[in-house]
Amino acid sequence: MRLAAAANEAYTASLAVSELLGCKQCGGGRGQDEELGIRIPRPLGHGPSRFIPEKEILQVGSEDAQMHALFADSFAALGRLDNITLVMVFHPQYLESFLKTQHYLLQMDGPLPLHYRHYIGIMAAARHQCSYLVNLHVNDFLHVGGDSKWLNGLENAPQKLQNLGELNKLLAHRPWLITKEHIEQLLKAEEHSWSLAELVHAVVLLTHYHSLASFTFGCGISPEIHCDGGHTFRPPSVNNYCICDITNGNHSVEENQVNSAGNVSISDSFFEVEALMEKMRQLQECRDEEEASQEEMASRFEIEKRESMFVFSSDDDEVTPAREISRHFEDTSYGYKDFSRHGMHVPTFRVQDYCWEDHGYSLVNRLYPDVGQLIDEKFHIAYNLTYNTMAMHKDVDTSMLRRAIWNYIHCMFGIRYDDYDYGEINQLLDRSFKVYIKTIVCTPEKVTKRMYDSFWRQFKHSEKVHVNLLLIEARMQAELLYALRAITRYMT
Amino acid sequence: MEKMSRVTTALSSSALTGHTMHCHLDAPANAISVCRDAAQVVVAGRSIFKIYAIEEEQFVEKLNLRVGRKPSLNLSCADVVWHQMDENLLATAATNGVVVTWNLGRPSRNKQDQLFTEHKRTVNKVCFHPSEAHVLLSGSQDGFMKCFDLRRKDSVSTFSGQSESVRDVQFSIRDYFTFASTFENGNVQLWDIRRPDRCERMFTAHNGPVFCCDWHPEDRGWLATGGRDKMVKVWDMTTQRAKEVHCVQTIASVARVKWRPECRHHLATCSMMVDHNIYVWDVRRPFVPAAMFEEHRDVTTGIAWRHPHDPSFLLSGSKDSTLCQHLFRDASQPVERANPEGLCYGLFGDLAFAAKESLVAAESGRKPYAGDRRHPIFFKRKLDPAEPFAGLASSALSVFEMEPGSGSMSWFVDTAERYALAGRPLAELCDHNSKVARELGRNQVAQTWTMLRIIYCSPGLVPTTNLNHSVGKGSSCGLPLMNSFNLKDMAQGLGSETRLDRSKGDTRSDTVLLDSSATLITNEDNEETEGSDVPADYLLGDAEGEDDELYLLDPDHAHTEEPEYVLPQEAFPLRHEIVDTPPGPENLQDKADSPHVSGSEADVASLAPMDSSFSLVSVSHALYDSRLPPDFFSALVCDMLRFYAEQGDVQMAVSVLIVLGERVRKDIDEQTQEHWYASYIDLLQRFCLWNVSNQVVKLSTSRAISCLNQASTTLHVNCSHCKRPMSSRGWVCDRCHRCASMCAVCHHVVKGLFVWCQGCSHGGHLQHIMKWLEGSSHCPAGCGHLCEYS
Repeated sequence: MRLAAAANEAYTASLAVSELLGCKQCGGGRGQDEELGIRIPRPLGHGPSRFIPEKEILQVGSEDAQMHALFADSFAALGRLDNITLVMVFHPQYLESFLKTQHYLLQMDGPLPLHYRHYIGIMAAARHQCSYLVNLHVNDFLHVGGDSKWLNGLENAPQKLQNLGELNKLLAHRPWLITKEHIEQLLKAEEHSWSLAELVHAVVLLTHYHSLASFTFGCGISPEIHCDGGHTFRPPSVNNYCICDITNGNHSVEENQVNSAGNVSISDSFFEVEALMEKMRQLQECRDEEEASQEEMASRFEIEKRESMFVFSSDDDEVTPAREISRHFEDTSYGYKDFSRHGMHVPTFRVQDYCWEDHGYSLVNRLYPDVGQLIDEKFHIAYNLTYNTMAMHKDVDTSMLRRAIWNYIHCMFGIRYDDYDYGEINQLLDRSFKVYIKTIVCTPEKVTKRMYDSFWRQFKHSEKVHVNLLLIEARMQAELLYALRAITRYMT
Repeated sequence: MEKMSRVTTALSSSALTGHTMHCHLDAPANAISVCRDAAQVVVAGRSIFKIYAIEEEQFVEKLNLRVGRKPSLNLSCADVVWHQMDENLLATAATNGVVVTWNLGRPSRNKQDQLFTEHKRTVNKVCFHPSEAHVLLSGSQDGFMKCFDLRRKDSVSTFSGQSESVRDVQFSIRDYFTFASTFENGNVQLWDIRRPDRCERMFTAHNGPVFCCDWHPEDRGWLATGGRDKMVKVWDMTTQRAKEVHCVQTIASVARVKWRPECRHHLATCSMMVDHNIYVWDVRRPFVPAAMFEEHRDVTTGIAWRHPHDPSFLLSGSKDSTLCQHLFRDASQPVERANPEGLCYGLFGDLAFAAKESLVAAESGRKPYAGDRRHPIFFKRKLDPAEPFAGLASSALSVFEMEPGSGSMSWFVDTAERYALAGRPLAELCDHNSKVARELGRNQVAQTWTMLRIIYCSPGLVPTTNLNHSVGKGSSCGLPLMNSFNLKDMAQGLGSETRLDRSKGDTRSDTVLLDSSATLITNEDNEETEGSDVPADYLLGDAEGEDDELYLLDPDHAHTEEPEYVLPQEAFPLRHEIVDTPPGPENLQDKADSPHVSGSEADVASLAPMDSSFSLVSVSHALYDSRLPPDFFSALVCDMLRFYAEQGDVQMAVSVLIVLGERVRKDIDEQTQEHWYASYIDLLQRFCLWNVSNQVVKLSTSRAISCLNQASTTLHVNCSHCKRPMSSRGWVCDRCHRCASMCAVCHHVVKGLFVWCQGCSHGGHLQHIMKWLEGSSHCPAGCGHLCEYS
């Protein structure tokens, strides 16, 4: 019972926006102690993540020197130590590169003015209804002197930013549809036109925030205390729930499911890891023996690509987005889901013809110097990061697994590696994991704690965060590849 | 002509002929390779694999090697190579990691010979041994290189680069057993084909992936590499450590590099992205390509010289699905379009310019112009006969020197240092500045300051008696006041640091010096060095006295001198006139037309009456009576500022702008202000007046300027004990846990100003170090370093 109650409380964090409103409507405030007339905010939820228990996450103050330096840098750059940083610090090596890149994108030399950068961040995060990032950047946007009118919706922003809306939408949901005509429209819009350098900056920002939104949902990042939904003014009493939370939510049911799932699975999840390792070993050994024919290989990719569209959690009930954010993008209905239901064909993009290392990097570095280098480093670190552990096993070569995850994500975007056998993906990634990946990459706003808990049950939280890092970087690279290819085509 | 004859001798019997031509392919090409006989070329790409015969007028398709119903990934080629010994042998690298060999001698339609499926990832490059018939080398994305013997089914040996991926492999043309491989992490490795266990040598050649390399066809030790960092580097591999002998900076990532046959220093490059042209560089002239081929509409993916002994035919394949033959004589030469002209001002007003030699020759031939008042000194580079295109783009450098003495800018330096810009009431600032200007003999400026004081320090606020008093006080104790400014407003220690710098400069006598006496010295130095360089066209000025043509900022000087003589006569009548007619300002304007003004410069004349403190009082009385608001004058003041700025005395414009602050700022547009500030700061920095320049930056209100001193404010320091960079904040080193800011002289912790040598990281209290350096220029810590402080 106690467990359920705690989980329940954690869950309320996600609904905090509507909940607070609801309380005001029902004339709440019965718990408010106004003796001094000052309302002291109290953090809602426990720790930086709703998915990961607070005790698993590093406590500020107990970090080692490297992490401390990272925290100091992060604080110096942003003026805060946000929850994303606190979760990412599981992987300090990556975090360092991540912070450096983000700092450069938002604060250092670049073609776009500061408030534009934050506004683009808001636009991108709003596509995924990520209230966490939107709130953070609304503050920053106002802080750097942005016009608060723009926040009332994209139509209040300058025409130039409105033009970017279409690209934002495509990038977030169907990047393969981006053509050089889209680029041309942006670059040749008379007084509202973008320069190539500005466009590349904007594209990098958009992709960065799309994938960061994925991370935020994927790790269940809790709202910051100073933002909406990050705090409550009610005293810390468990049975003090406002009636309206209980009536509006079906979450109590869900919690039970999670608990029951958790109880059942402990024994077979142990075998899960063993089985996975066994498969990896087999693949390693018999790779040369059974060589699939060319047609076979090609069809495997197609199968995987098609299947990836139908991989969806069964319980994707419609969540209406919080009103406050939805104003940033006009048609909410446009999403990844739409086309996948209709089974639209995703054209194949061959990495051997346009890859990040050779082509993407060269283009970005030409138009927005230094950023190419920073992003390149970030991709490298994310792709090569390993501690050679898997759950309780040590000294495991996980490169095969990492490559499978990376390529699976690219496969969902229609990006094909000629030299990869897509059969491996089916062997290594089980269904619940695929559901999680698919949801995070395509519709991150639908991720639930149950999804997070139900894949790789035996693995550590740090490993799940690691998976998330792979996911967001692969997604960012995929979006970048499509956008940059369109820009290249425009230029030639 | 000469070249042609050499070609024919090299090719002995059959000289190549042909035109610049191209043919359309069905699909983008990824690589091309030429047959040994220079008559056929193979083109490979994701969906193309064809052999073309190169004929006199056109390319003719000879063979399509892509046969079979279903296109297989084995045919998706990343690279292709034609054996240079055997005309029938080809090898391709497939994107799925397969290495395929082809035998054109097979009777069937399918010429595929052998299939090696050993690589796990895309194969980026294949290479045949230059003299061995059966040896093939491949380099793959999986980080391995494999050597195949075509008589066997499997690879003979595998080389592990211990790195992510191999981008290029090339057999050395001269050394039988050696090959070079380049990697995505920027490394280049040299291997001995007999020793697969470890590489012979490894070095980091580029920042980021090295996409390609090519051995020099004649020079045994030279290897050219091209990378994503847009560089082409030529390495000399014969020495113990690979030595970079040449470096060419291109404008895009370098995808392919190929030495030009018969031309020792030429190589051709094409880029990976963005830039579609093929360049031929002379590595000794790395800034402008020797030739450029602009035929392609998309990136060039493969280049090959048609014949190993013919430097004039280049073949190329591109993503735009064309195959081209380029003729060297049809290439465009960027040198012709180059504009070898440049102009630069020196610190002391010297002017140097470089121009095309033909132009300069014509000019000096005309003599009357060149010889009249300025004294140009001509430099001419001695032509190196070995150097290419010496005739195409050579330029002559001319230097116009200032007269020694007349070019002295000491007034500028003095003014900058002594002006007070903020921190006191406006009246005091104006008085102080006016006094400074007068002491330097710049009377016009001095009077302007006095005027400003009268206009803006409204007598309605300051009673006349007080005014009088402050004037008297200001003049009596001007010097002490200035001193207090120096001590208070400038950072004390920094100020003395500049002094330190100067004294050091004197002893070593190679730094740029600021005072006029030093100007003489440096000028002499200059002349000496110039003389030794160019005995031929060296013209030394006769240093005539009548030369009063001045440069840059000096016109102002010239003008101030004239009124100086005139003033005493004019001052009195004018003053009386003002007293008589109360509405002062109108009078000031009227005066321009007034017959009393004999000077040509109306502006100067209008300033004249305020010469003495006497007139000051009377004028302010007049203003007091009329009670004109200071706004009334703002247009006039703005005009005055513009006048000074146009005269080149941007110092005055900026100083007034700062002193008056809000009072005039709104009347001058942002951009002009920014422009003035920027020029003044630039000047100050040229004269090493860092403190003043920083003060100006600080006091400026324009955003673009005031952010100048917000940038790059990080100081990187090393620990003075362990010499490693101090990463954390504070003054305690992380590594050796000792306080890093100890004074090397007194061994106490330095609180406050700490000065240290950037060479050895030792330092200490400013005074101590200064004192120490008087006696010795070695480091006080005893580390033996010859410390330098700047």
